[in-house]
Amino acid sequence: MSGDQFTYVDVAAALVLVGLALLLSWRQRLDLEKDLLVASVRAFVQLTAIGFVIALILDADRGVWVLLMLAVMLTFAAVTAARNVRVVPGALWLMVVALGLASSTTLGVMVVLGIIPTGARYVIPIGGMIIGNTMNVASVTALRIVQDAGAERGRIEAALALGAEPRTAAHGIIRRAVRLAMVPVIDSTKTMGIVFLPGAMTGMILAGAPPLEAVRLQVVVMFMLIAATGLAATTVTWLMPRRLFTPQQQLRRFDT
Amino acid sequence: MRWDTLCGVTDDAHPAKLAVDDLGVVAKRGADGGRRIVDAVSLSVPEGGVFTVVGPSGSGKSTLLRAIVRLVEPDTGRVLLDGRGVTALPVPELRRRVGMVFQRPAMFEGTVTDNVLYGPRLRREHPERDGPEARDAAVPLLERVGLPADFADKPADELSGGEAQRVALARALANRPEVLLLDEPTSSLDPTASRCIEELLAALAESTDLTFVFVTHDLHQARRIGDHGLLLVEGRVVERGPLPGMLDDPAHDLTRLFASGRLGGRAGESPRDESPAAAAGADPDDKRMLP
Repeated sequence: MSGDQFTYVDVAAALVLVGLALLLSWRQRLDLEKDLLVASVRAFVQLTAIGFVIALILDADRGVWVLLMLAVMLTFAAVTAARNVRVVPGALWLMVVALGLASSTTLGVMVVLGIIPTGARYVIPIGGMIIGNTMNVASVTALRIVQDAGAERGRIEAALALGAEPRTAAHGIIRRAVRLAMVPVIDSTKTMGIVFLPGAMTGMILAGAPPLEAVRLQVVVMFMLIAATGLAATTVTWLMPRRLFTPQQQLRRFDT
Repeated sequence: MRWDTLCGVTDDAHPAKLAVDDLGVVAKRGADGGRRIVDAVSLSVPEGGVFTVVGPSGSGKSTLLRAIVRLVEPDTGRVLLDGRGVTALPVPELRRRVGMVFQRPAMFEGTVTDNVLYGPRLRREHPERDGPEARDAAVPLLERVGLPADFADKPADELSGGEAQRVALARALANRPEVLLLDEPTSSLDPTASRCIEELLAALAESTDLTFVFVTHDLHQARRIGDHGLLLVEGRVVERGPLPGMLDDPAHDLTRLFASGRLGGRAGESPRDESPAAAAGADPDDKRMLP
């Protein structure tokens, strides 16, 4: 690193580390060389491309472009999350609604309360963090519900056979799925600063911001992520039952 | 309505409590897609009657029962409760009036009382809270299935297979059903527990006007339960009439094969397959759960 700036030379130098990993993979016959190379190249190309796009949007600083950027991020996140539960009919729309609702509500509250300004420089990185985290939680919640619906078929059908409505019959697996999906968010909030220094804070400190300012931002980020992921998981649990069950209140079968 | 083809136990004096008319279920998925799992099955049972459906494993017996309470949707035909089509009923209402006990009892989390009062609590007929009131409501139901009162507070996941099946029965009875469908209720149990459940059911049939449909692949059990019934093979009715007469004096080749214990597995694919597994009536899917 030269001064405060990362240059492409620095990036190239860091390739030594990838080389080390490749060497290990080759010596241990892990057969991961190709994946490691592809991943490294993709990370570089994708991030560089998005860097240019963000630079353009920051320069223009027009609301339309910011919203478009967020919409693109949301779409990719929804497609990725839906892929995990593609056996569920309408999974993509479920994810679009869950991620969209959770992200827009959280981001909206942050802007309305004046916690962050409306500028592209704030909305895009914060929005990206929200969308990424809601994607993970929504994905785990939905996947767990689908898997448990298969594993707990006997109990769910026993409940249906006693006259339970689908939502009631699936209550146990839904509750468990949300709790499971929220564990990482809650745990990382609890252990924040002790176990690891989170990304946003690390970035600000590296960029030269005063540590306490970095800390305040990080706390806001964690509160925001708790709200966003909670909302996303809850939306998934609201939308899942009508996809797990037929209108005649039969538990569907999924090829998982 | 093709009453003439139905089992001859219902008449003007004994109208059908439950009637199944030309019911068909087609497999929707997998390698079996398109196969008729249940093919034009009709049956009728008068109030208080016991109807036995007997057949080798894979013959569509379970699907027939599941289609009656709409756990699977029938593709053709009708189910009538007191002469009226069940599709007109709200699904939870149908499932309250027509109860079902499954092959493997699936206990809910919580105590035996929580399990037994599951149905009534759905309709807010019992206090949600655990306490003496809940216990008082559960104990008489447990006694009906031969379980002592101290079972009420036991965690349901600590029961043996036979105990769990009794609780499943009590749980179904708590709904005060009019018809009870029993899907091989003893096949996951050891012989002793199996015999106890069987005797319990016989006593229930005697003492109530509950209508039963009893499904079994077990010939000896079918003979013991007696009453009227039908033999189902490959989703189709092969023969119907009073049991055990039908099994002792079969009119149909398939019935004869079945009655001699040589019709096992997916019959019809190789109905004359006399390999030891087929002869023993072995079911590769039957993962026996021992207590």
